[in-house]
Amino acid sequence: MTKSPGITLKGQHRVGDRVLFNADLNIAGGQWTCILGRSGVGKSTILRLILGLETGGTFSGSFVASDAMPLTGRISYMAQSDLLLPWLSVLNNVCIGAHLRGKVPDIKYARDLLHRVGLSGHADQKPATLSGGMRQRVALARTLFEDRAIVFLDEPFSALDAGTRAEMQELAADVLQDRTVLLVTHDPAEAARLAHQITVISAQATQNWPVPETTPLRGINAPETLLCQGKLLQYLRGGAA
Amino acid sequence: MRPGDILLALLIGLGIWQALVVVTDAPHFILPSPWRVALAAYKSRVIIIENAWVTATEVMLGLLIGTLFGVATAIQLAMSKTAERLMLPILVFTQAVPVFALAPLLTLWFGYGMGSKIMMAVLIIYFPVTSAFHDGLMRIDSGYRDLSVSMNAGKWKFMRHIQIPNALPSLGTGLRLAAVYAPIGAVIGEWVGASKGLGYLMLLANGRAKIDLMFASLIVLACLTVILHIAVGIIANRLTRYAQGTSINHTP
Repeated sequence: MTKSPGITLKGQHRVGDRVLFNADLNIAGGQWTCILGRSGVGKSTILRLILGLETGGTFSGSFVASDAMPLTGRISYMAQSDLLLPWLSVLNNVCIGAHLRGKVPDIKYARDLLHRVGLSGHADQKPATLSGGMRQRVALARTLFEDRAIVFLDEPFSALDAGTRAEMQELAADVLQDRTVLLVTHDPAEAARLAHQITVISAQATQNWPVPETTPLRGINAPETLLCQGKLLQYLRGGAA
Repeated sequence: MRPGDILLALLIGLGIWQALVVVTDAPHFILPSPWRVALAAYKSRVIIIENAWVTATEVMLGLLIGTLFGVATAIQLAMSKTAERLMLPILVFTQAVPVFALAPLLTLWFGYGMGSKIMMAVLIIYFPVTSAFHDGLMRIDSGYRDLSVSMNAGKWKFMRHIQIPNALPSLGTGLRLAAVYAPIGAVIGEWVGASKGLGYLMLLANGRAKIDLMFASLIVLACLTVILHIAVGIIANRLTRYAQGTSINHTP
């Protein structure tokens, strides 16, 4: 893979007359950037904006990749809901991107990815037979199948139980290494473990939050993780005052 | 429905019928007894089977053609906003015209043969199939759309790989309705003008005061409809199980 580009976004997003957010965001290439903020502050809107999806508002400003190439077609996307297609096998769900582009899928590659997320034994099963955590692993494999330099994750682990979530964070940190990752989350612990950079967003401004000096992935109970997590939570509870 | 229950219900029905005949003491040309009807059915079995075959063919072809048209229309409506804007009002308007009122016209245009009856069945099921399937095509989690956009999917690929499979249970619902309506369409077509079919046979028997034969035809028609209903129900269930990905473990 060529070096993963960074993204700079600067501008204001409005929904009707209301300003949703003023953003000045610097997403470093090849690293994990976590966006934190309270519900309704427009965290997901930033992802949708850059992905070119419907946002229900208007954005005035710009977002560009650090290599000055267009961003379309270089970002893969994973949401909170696994969005698996119930009628397709796990393997075909991983390959769905190829089907949707009218290409012949690389089955061997898909099987390798399933192996990496620990689901090689489940390739021919239907999603209905899998647990929530396993389904999200399939979604992760599907995201990897797209093999894109930039990966947007929109609260992908928030519906999982705590133990499964920690496992998924470790798996994602491993398989998405060296890619530019933008993770939207409302969980300070998740940001403290995974982020190279943390951005806290509110209606007024975006704020770069100091991250621990150690490199991710940080241990669940490492002192620096807990300290960062605690401070973030305190800040978020107090609102953006 | 267990076979035992069906048999019991059948026996109760026959019992009530026989009781009505005995209690009201109605003459056999008003209300024939079950036994008389059975006898008439046996004596006229060749003519009944011939005509039932015609009606069954009309209904099946009507179902098939109507479903094809309905599915094609629904996809067209879902693919194009313009088509949806222009065609939905027309569709609703055509529904306001009672299809039965068109029967004489259809006979005029498509003749006394099977054609006009098939058309009748097609017209009567076209709207339920179209509207149920269209509904299913549009009722899709917006997350799938977002995912497809991020995967650079074309509109038609999205339709083929996600929207259509997702809408199969709704198509099943439309087909169930169609299975009830199609025989009505065919028989009304036969009443208006035909020389074959169970509807024709009923009119013929009525005209000659052979009420037992009329009852026999009616019962055969009901049986045909029930068989069709069950067969379409099985297909609809399969569509649903396929779309839910539960077709392997056989859940009822």
